[in-house]
Amino acid sequence: MDEKPVESFNIRDYLREDLFPHFLCPGCGHGIALRALLWAVHELNISNDKLAIVSGIGCSGRIGAYVDANTFHTTHGRPLTFATGLAMTRPDLKVIVITGDGDCLAIGGNHLIHACRRNLNMTCMMLNNEVYGMTGGQASPTTSETRYTTTSPTGSIEPVFNACDLAVAAGAGFVGREVTLQTPALKNLLRQAIDHDGFSFVEVISDCTEIFGRKNDLGDSPEMILSQKGSMRPDSYGNVVDEPFHPNHMKTGVFVETERPEYGAVYRRHIKSVQAGISGKGS
Amino acid sequence: MRSTGQLENLQGNHACAMGAIAAGCRFFAGYPITPSSEVAEKMSLELPKVDGIFIQMEDEIASMGAILGASMGGAMAMTATSGPGFSLKQENLGYAAGAEIPCVVVNVMRGGPSTGMPTRPSQGDIMQSRWGTHGDHAVIVLAPSSVKEIYEETIRAFRLTETLRVPVVIIYDEVIGHLVETVELPVPESIESIERKWATCPKDDFKPYGETKDMVPAMARPGDGYRAHTTGLTTSQDGFPTQDPAKVESIIRRRLGKLEHHAATIESFEEIDCQDADIVLVAIGISARAAGRAQQQAREKGLKVGLFRPITLWPFPVGAFRSATKTAKYIVVPEMNTGQLILEIDRLVTGTTRAIGINRIDGEAIDPAAILHQIEELS
Repeated sequence: MDEKPVESFNIRDYLREDLFPHFLCPGCGHGIALRALLWAVHELNISNDKLAIVSGIGCSGRIGAYVDANTFHTTHGRPLTFATGLAMTRPDLKVIVITGDGDCLAIGGNHLIHACRRNLNMTCMMLNNEVYGMTGGQASPTTSETRYTTTSPTGSIEPVFNACDLAVAAGAGFVGREVTLQTPALKNLLRQAIDHDGFSFVEVISDCTEIFGRKNDLGDSPEMILSQKGSMRPDSYGNVVDEPFHPNHMKTGVFVETERPEYGAVYRRHIKSVQAGISGKGS
Repeated sequence: MRSTGQLENLQGNHACAMGAIAAGCRFFAGYPITPSSEVAEKMSLELPKVDGIFIQMEDEIASMGAILGASMGGAMAMTATSGPGFSLKQENLGYAAGAEIPCVVVNVMRGGPSTGMPTRPSQGDIMQSRWGTHGDHAVIVLAPSSVKEIYEETIRAFRLTETLRVPVVIIYDEVIGHLVETVELPVPESIESIERKWATCPKDDFKPYGETKDMVPAMARPGDGYRAHTTGLTTSQDGFPTQDPAKVESIIRRRLGKLEHHAATIESFEEIDCQDADIVLVAIGISARAAGRAQQQAREKGLKVGLFRPITLWPFPVGAFRSATKTAKYIVVPEMNTGQLILEIDRLVTGTTRAIGINRIDGEAIDPAAILHQIEELS
């Protein structure tokens, strides 16, 4: 695809500004993530008309509506399933799923691992802010141990999920993580992910200042995102099994980038072979 | 529809798959479940032959989500399941009802609740098919009672869902699903093509849920430049969420009002010998087949008995039912549950007419003799 000069990126070309003011809390990292995503979309020269944003429920699910494209705000945990039907029938569209840690790892966890396995062409951007923000700050599968939430009033005692480990193990062809503070790096990561042929998974470490930050005395938004950056290690992932997960020792960057057969193309070949009468048993 | 003139032996579930493909269905997502798996199996074999897509998803919820994604992309889409799966599909079925996404959901009824009796027939989902998902919502439910009718009603299901933007559920019991009957199928080319109303207006004038004469708004095809927003939240006409009471009420009333506005198109029923009947039998699926036999036998004995069979189960064909039961003293409702269809009949009968149920919940179909016995008791 032709590359446009970075200077020409104007986020307003991609937003439904008539919906403003937006509903995000002051200091929320989701807006930065959305900016990085649209920046990547711009650099890849994807037209608004060919862009399909599919989102689930929660704060992450709501931000898709602000994108001036084909936007589908689906049900809780299910955006990957809707995106599967859309991407299978409409390979001409660029399908991008926006989801959150609760949406993607709790209620939608099964769909994530199967989307990784199936390897259909789409990008899943998971915004991890360690909390269910929309419903008032309950613990999620990524809430760090000892953190306070409204459902872990004495500090969370559950182990956390490492979303990228999960995606790698389930076979995703492209997996990466970045923090919102590193917006250009996040943009580059998302750009690589969108350009990847097959299923790509990007975890964005976002911050919920208003609810999670306040509850845990993590300071204001700049403090939160600076501390997030400090706890990340921007090097390549290496062997995920060697490094047991701990949220304060998370790594950023691209962890996996491998070529696997893209499922949409595999299916289109399957159609051809069936029609040519080359199918196997059972026909 | 013009017939091929060729007879073939076809199973109910296979007829469903063949009807769907004949209607133009080109996307099927499913998950294995008895006694509906043959629909998915047939689709996996036949769809690639017509450039269609079959996908086996990770669960029932995912297959319902996938057909909605495919439908929003422009494909005619279907899924098939049975009781436990039907329960799981209710979440996204509600999304289809709210966002007005065309889709066909087949539910082959087995014994319940829960895992129940996977291989035994039941008609226990009559009320779930109407009220399974939360909130006030429009849904159309078709209840075929023969292999040929499964084929025809599956085509009609697509016609209804695509033209009205209301999800259509097809329900039939395991007996009908696994029944093999000799049928004469129509020539596929003779089936009137089904076309969804796509937006063609100038982009700035487009309202995803605008008012139209037929109460069915045109749908934006992704890629056509309308850049529409689709959501399960309650929206105003522009497709974006609102909680403005006036906007909320009008959009919900329009969605529900489609059923009444298009009642003549949606409604379908069979009425046999009801004009002078003292007793009218009301049943669906295999129970209607048994009732039909009992009705014939009763007439042979000189008893004034008729049969009213709702093919469109929901919305219930109220006017036709009332006219078919004008002379009836008794309405007998054989059904394979403890009394679901009879709740609707009870609601509709007036005066001295009485509704009497014949219920069977042991995993066996109702015998015509049991119905005839009840008729004789009442005569």
